[in-house]
Amino acid sequence: MSHLKLSTAVIAVAAVSATAAFAQGREEIRRVGSSTVFPYTQAVAERFANNTGFPSPIVESTGTGGGMQIFCGGIGEDFADITGASRSMKASEYAMCVENGVTDITEARIGSDGLSIAISRDNDFAWNVTLAEVYLALGAMVPVDGEWAENPYTTWDEINPDFPATEIEVLGPPPTSGTRDAFVELAMVEGCMELDYVEQNHDGDWAEENCARMRTDGPFIEAGENDNLIVQRLQANSDAMGIFGYSFLYENQDTLKAVDIAGVAPSPDTIADGSYPISRPLFFYIKNAHRGVIPGLNEFLEEYMSEDALAPGGYLEARGLVPLGDAARDQLRELVANSVTMDPIE
Amino acid sequence: MTDITPNDARKASNNATTEAVKRSLARRNRKQLVLQGFGIGAIVIAFTVLFILVASLVRTGYTAFVQTHVTLDVYIDPAEISEEGLPRGGFRDVLTAAVLDNLPGADPEEDARGVRNILSNGAQFQLRDQIVEDPSLIGQTITLTVPLSDPFDQLNKGGVRRDTPEDQRRVDNQEMAWFDALDEAGIISTPFNIGLFTNADSRFPELAGLKGALVGSFWALLTCFLIAFPIGIGAAIYLEEFAPKNRLSDFIEVNINNLAAVPSVVFGLLALAVFIGWFGLPRSAPFVGGLTLALMTMPTIIIATRAALKAVPPSIREAALGVGASKHQVVFQHVLPLAMPGILTGTIIGLAQALGETAPLLLIGMNAFITSAPTSPFDAATALPTQIFIWADSPERGFTSRTSAAILVLLGFLVMMNGIAIYLRNKFERRW
Repeated sequence: MSHLKLSTAVIAVAAVSATAAFAQGREEIRRVGSSTVFPYTQAVAERFANNTGFPSPIVESTGTGGGMQIFCGGIGEDFADITGASRSMKASEYAMCVENGVTDITEARIGSDGLSIAISRDNDFAWNVTLAEVYLALGAMVPVDGEWAENPYTTWDEINPDFPATEIEVLGPPPTSGTRDAFVELAMVEGCMELDYVEQNHDGDWAEENCARMRTDGPFIEAGENDNLIVQRLQANSDAMGIFGYSFLYENQDTLKAVDIAGVAPSPDTIADGSYPISRPLFFYIKNAHRGVIPGLNEFLEEYMSEDALAPGGYLEARGLVPLGDAARDQLRELVANSVTMDPIE
Repeated sequence: MTDITPNDARKASNNATTEAVKRSLARRNRKQLVLQGFGIGAIVIAFTVLFILVASLVRTGYTAFVQTHVTLDVYIDPAEISEEGLPRGGFRDVLTAAVLDNLPGADPEEDARGVRNILSNGAQFQLRDQIVEDPSLIGQTITLTVPLSDPFDQLNKGGVRRDTPEDQRRVDNQEMAWFDALDEAGIISTPFNIGLFTNADSRFPELAGLKGALVGSFWALLTCFLIAFPIGIGAAIYLEEFAPKNRLSDFIEVNINNLAAVPSVVFGLLALAVFIGWFGLPRSAPFVGGLTLALMTMPTIIIATRAALKAVPPSIREAALGVGASKHQVVFQHVLPLAMPGILTGTIIGLAQALGETAPLLLIGMNAFITSAPTSPFDAATALPTQIFIWADSPERGFTSRTSAAILVLLGFLVMMNGIAIYLRNKFERRW
């Protein structure tokens, strides 16, 4: 009997202290958003906590869309201060922000990120594909004899006689992933528009509508969100290719090599100057109403904007970020330091 | 005398039965053998799968239980670090100089940058904290053991293979030569990785530890226990001992059994909507995680408690009632103490399940990256399974083995909790 009383008392105390705890206010910075920007914010957060003695920021990886939901939820301690995004904010998301009173937002583009197609080093062929060939291998619908039809290709040599006669087997992220969105937009739709058939008969809008579907009959395999798993499966099967962020290729270059796209291999240089075609800009968004309210937020942004972090040779580049040019960095710094409000997205 | 006597008839029919039994005996024996074979086969398969799982975890994870360190004589140069400047100072340069002292071949100007990367990024903070605590060290030479950075740690453990061509290796030939020089100087050591348990998370594999996750899991389980245990037992006692047997109590029983089978992700969504959305509790907090896990554990505890109460023989109740005890006294002074071992066993198994639960915690944001351990149940934190989830998704090599190591730690805790449950059952179990 007495232990029941005790437990009740403990719960009561816990409940009271819980209420007290929220009343105190948040001391840490909260960041949500894209899993692609996550490692960079992670690096800045750790350095910021080590160098300044502010409490460690809470860095959560929710995906770009999930991050916007939380970020645009409102102003106040319950809502995140910063959200990372592997694409720019959509009009619908901006509208949601405005609806909840989040109007003063600064948009910061911190650099770019490359997507790589990789294959095991045990594979002897020097792979070099065009985006059109990538589309023919992975698109759900392709032109066959002048008709828009189900994808009939099962081996690489059917697409280009120069390729080996191995089965098409590509492991990639599922539709919930931002990496998948980026791959579809940057590789599939672009590749589709390079096809003669599409070029002659259709325009870009048509391609965006019709070329975004990956094939589901076997050659493209959704391997889940875990990129390490894809790396392991590539190491086990030397004919399989994998799609993931450039940082995973960089960390595993002893066992994996890149598939060149139109003759260009992914590297920090080719991604930064845009000659490697599958690269995308990375952003984060700052809720300016929280600046000066959440302790350390301004110092955190200062660390994020520092040359140590953003410049070529900085610690974010070492994590796989492809840095901006000098002028763009200065402009970004200016923008963030003065909390310049982004233009409304219509 | 051709009449068959009753005796003979019995004998004949007995013979016939014996014959029939004999004929079927071989078949029945064979069936029994087959059944036994299937049974042993099933056990062998189960154990093989378990063995493969654990063996593969140990194979990839054992390297994370040791960590490559280097022991340096560090001269705390007053030109770099001054007492007034603390906590800022050239800690990294001081450490780099100490490494360069051991590398006669390296040029202090040109190679400083490369040599700096041999040490973990955490080394400078370790030195800083030591000097901030005792500023009188400035100007002295101290001996310091600091971790190496991940590529060199991997080189030492064999994660980076020396025979791969240089351009495909994370550590180039020059860096490898430096490492070998340090190794020859006898200052490289590979002690047990205490940091795995005493450090919070980090983006550097060599610094990342489970402290945040362990503390987070502890707070979450404590909350879960404090809520699910009393409420679960209370509900079970009422349903078993006091509730009238009618349609309503049947309906409640069916629902509790169903609740025990609801997928955990549903509880996560519920928690997100109710605890965080409606009550405004903080995201990522172990307290909210504990509330969510309590919802999941409660049906398990109710079912286990009811089974334990049912197992107490009616004679105990009747005897107590017979000497004039009230229903309340019967339950709390006689039945409940006898049922306690069973209740505790069920509770611990329920909590062990809760410890390994991931999906609901992901939904309430307990998968955040935080470089310090929580100090209260309301601070943001991770839990063991979500920490495994974060590490499994990190690109660095060092995290591959740390993921397996974290799984082994989690399995260790589960085995321990189940062991306690078995011990309690064996020690306190009473047979009637």
